[in-house]
Amino acid sequence: MKNNKIFISGDEAVAQGVRLSRPHVVAAYPITPQTITVERLSEMVEAGEMDAEYMHVESEHSAISATMGASAVGARTFTASSSQGLLYMAEGLHYCSGGRWPVVMMNANRSVALPWSIYGDQRDSLSLLDSGWIQVYVEDAQEALDMIIQAYKIAEHKDVLTPMMVNLDGFILTHTYELVEIPDQEMVDHFLPAFETPNKMSFENPKNLGFSSRPDDNTEFKYQQNEAMFNAIDVIHKTDEDFAAMFGRKYHGMVEEYMCEDAEVVLVALGSVCGTVRVVVDKLRAEGKKVGLLKIRYMRPFPVEEVKDLAKRVKAMGVIDKDISFGYEGTVYTNVNSAISQIDKYVYKSNFVGGLGGRDITKAEIEDMYNKLFAGLENKSEETVEFFSLNVEGND
Amino acid sequence: MTKVLDIPKVNAKNMTEKEFFYGHKACAGCGGSIAVRLALKVLGERTYSALPAGCMSAVGFIFPQMAFNSNAIITTFPGSASMAAGIAAGAKALGQEDFKTVVFAGDGGTADIGFQALSGMIDRNDDVLYICYDNEAYMNTGIQKSGLTPYGTKTTTTPAGQNIPGTITHKKNLFEIIAAHDIQYAATASIGYPQDFLNKVNKAKHVKGASFIHVYASCPTGWGTPTETSVEIAKDAVDAGLIFLAEYEDGEYKLNRNPKEFKSVEEYLKKQGRFKHMSDADIQCVIENRDKKWERMRKNWL
Repeated sequence: MKNNKIFISGDEAVAQGVRLSRPHVVAAYPITPQTITVERLSEMVEAGEMDAEYMHVESEHSAISATMGASAVGARTFTASSSQGLLYMAEGLHYCSGGRWPVVMMNANRSVALPWSIYGDQRDSLSLLDSGWIQVYVEDAQEALDMIIQAYKIAEHKDVLTPMMVNLDGFILTHTYELVEIPDQEMVDHFLPAFETPNKMSFENPKNLGFSSRPDDNTEFKYQQNEAMFNAIDVIHKTDEDFAAMFGRKYHGMVEEYMCEDAEVVLVALGSVCGTVRVVVDKLRAEGKKVGLLKIRYMRPFPVEEVKDLAKRVKAMGVIDKDISFGYEGTVYTNVNSAISQIDKYVYKSNFVGGLGGRDITKAEIEDMYNKLFAGLENKSEETVEFFSLNVEGND
Repeated sequence: MTKVLDIPKVNAKNMTEKEFFYGHKACAGCGGSIAVRLALKVLGERTYSALPAGCMSAVGFIFPQMAFNSNAIITTFPGSASMAAGIAAGAKALGQEDFKTVVFAGDGGTADIGFQALSGMIDRNDDVLYICYDNEAYMNTGIQKSGLTPYGTKTTTTPAGQNIPGTITHKKNLFEIIAAHDIQYAATASIGYPQDFLNKVNKAKHVKGASFIHVYASCPTGWGTPTETSVEIAKDAVDAGLIFLAEYEDGEYKLNRNPKEFKSVEEYLKKQGRFKHMSDADIQCVIENRDKKWERMRKNWL
């Protein structure tokens, strides 16, 4: 394969992925740290590199509304948002998944006000887990580009027809420059054929869409939507394999295990922090400690089987959450814990909440998490939910 | 835009007998459904209709009984203009030609919650005709005050009591707010003057870009009027000068109807349960507000 690597940011990698996917309509409203993506897309349209209708919508609510409208006539669409903007779309996110419109969106993970913060955590998208979107979290710019292309293939699959959100950490990924391989357009065209859907309005076959349902029917619609989300699991794996066969990069579908084969203690994480965890795993492995990383790629559909499978093989699992569901625990932890509870085995568990509003999660902190997991295991401690590296006194 | 003279006039004789909106569950005498039915007859088969939450979507799309014989979709309440804009953009990108995208939204869906998206749609000059059917309150949820509810109106959120005579604000000046965007074509209409409405829809159909029609549409349920008087009362509102028929085109306002004298405002108000409580002073306030507006319109729009 010919080498076509360029030095670009995560935001720009997303724009490249969108260009290669040939959407008919792009509607997006600027918000830090997503803005560079929509700037680049406008430049690509201007330069004739992209043949898309670029809509300068006046809000995120209109961005999602416009993409739904375009999708409802059978067009391929893209939008992008972050944080406050994603929440402003919230009504539309539920609407879009209920309408079974396979809109693809990039979300630059950013904290949610108040207090205001333009920096990263994952509270925005995780608070919308129930909105019916497939959610994938990427670790670097290359994965961001590749997942935009894969997202269209997954979302538009006839057994799925569900919108998909590609999440990348604000600034850490959106604004960091990396060498990114740009796939060949012809190969992408081959991988991602034109969007065909029966779920559209047309003059040949007029339809009334976005209708009301009575209590007699509503549960059935939601059941089908849930089934479609489960159908996505097979499609995600198949798409990953097809992508690897064509482009040589494999992401392992729902999750990626790193050094988990004989691991006793593993950390579970999403997104860019996985890169730092890998470095710590390598260091601890060199010291003879049996540690590993479970990188969760998809939060919806949730990798229940993969988490159960790993839990059967290890002694302790810690979950890093750049998120907190106030009054309970981190949302990733809740999801992981629910899967672990389905196996008949004791696993020591801990939840590490932090990295909020853009605070770095350091190698030392991660090493400390592994040490705490080993200690908790040895002392048969009760599971803990801990805000790590607090500058104020915690509640314990 | 096609020259006005080139557009053939629509009338009862040359209008299609095809129906595009029927079998719906609207109340008897619903003015909104008359507006939708008439407009779709002019717009024809190659139409995408987008309707936000509101009466017309509530009565037209109850699965599995769909009341639109052409393409139609319910939008989010605030997102009708942007969803319609997306439909128009998507269809254009797919190479479709010779079609129209139309919004049918109520007064609340237009002047209140849907206004931001509407303003954006006009700003971008998206190829969408936006029709606001104005029945002067949130009727679908059971008669609550909107930004287009007129002075004095009793609604379920503006009760007429000892201290407050119902609604204490006048209608937003929607038509001029829309015109202030320098839209290519905007008009006001009433289902009481159907021929005028039909031809305004026909004119808007030929606009390439954003256009807007504000059509006055009676609501017997919310207004407390007999169902058989819906068209008549929508005509009375125009004849009493409370609703005006006008256009904004090529940067110019035009008053389409300039009666020498108005019919009685009091008579118009007293026919309707929603205004029955109004005192002479309240009625005087309505008349003064009307006269001020007409003085300005006659000075500037003739």
